[in-house]
Amino acid sequence: MAANPHGHGHNYVVDITLEGEPDPVTGMVLDLKKLKDVVNREVITSYDHRFLNYEVPPFDRVVPTPENIAIDIWKRLQPQLAKDGGRLHAVRIYETPDLFVDYFGEAA
Amino acid sequence: MIRVTRKYRFSSSHRLHANRLSDAENASLYGKCNNPYGHGHDYEIEISARGPLEPRSGRAVDPAALDRLVEEQVLRTFDHTYLNSESAIFQELVPTTENLARAVYTRLQASWNSVFPGPWPVLDKVRIAETPRNIFEVSENDG
Repeated sequence: MAANPHGHGHNYVVDITLEGEPDPVTGMVLDLKKLKDVVNREVITSYDHRFLNYEVPPFDRVVPTPENIAIDIWKRLQPQLAKDGGRLHAVRIYETPDLFVDYFGEAA
Repeated sequence: MIRVTRKYRFSSSHRLHANRLSDAENASLYGKCNNPYGHGHDYEIEISARGPLEPRSGRAVDPAALDRLVEEQVLRTFDHTYLNSESAIFQELVPTTENLARAVYTRLQASWNSVFPGPWPVLDKVRIAETPRNIFEVSENDG
């Protein structure tokens, strides 16, 4: 069914988890407003309401499974978050409430 | 490495009663969970498998294969049963959700190769929510 020619949709939910020590002054690991801005800019604006296969590289080349989506989101976020000293721990993608995928980066 | 998790549901009844304790000790230890006619739960169970991305399919785990295994080894065994009298393993063990999680893990592990014959994916974790507040996990190294 997942290979039907005209595709199908999901209401994806994504959990982004960071790790690190709280900053001694602010008490925060990373300002969540910054996280929100980065996720909106790097992921949501590219992905939301798009046909992934046609409109969102790299899914013209790789199959848009939740596994590959989690990896792509990691690649989009990691360098941007690093600029503010953020360290990504996990990307979790819910394709449905009953199926989700966790990616912890290449090292894990 | 990618972890894929699939959620399933089943309903069973159980009674918490340890054979080695007296009736009074059981009543005091387990409280209402020791009531003689048992009680039921709508268990919510998460099965996680882990493996490298297989580049051709873009997948780390085939969810349909996992579904088959869980259907055969877990749902068909436990769904709509009274754990204390219908599961051989709970003749000895108290059917706490700790023991149930471990039993599910063991059953999946024992038949894993029939569905996933290669080195990957491996069984990573079994997580059972007995109620939304009581949640039990067994992972690869917990035995």
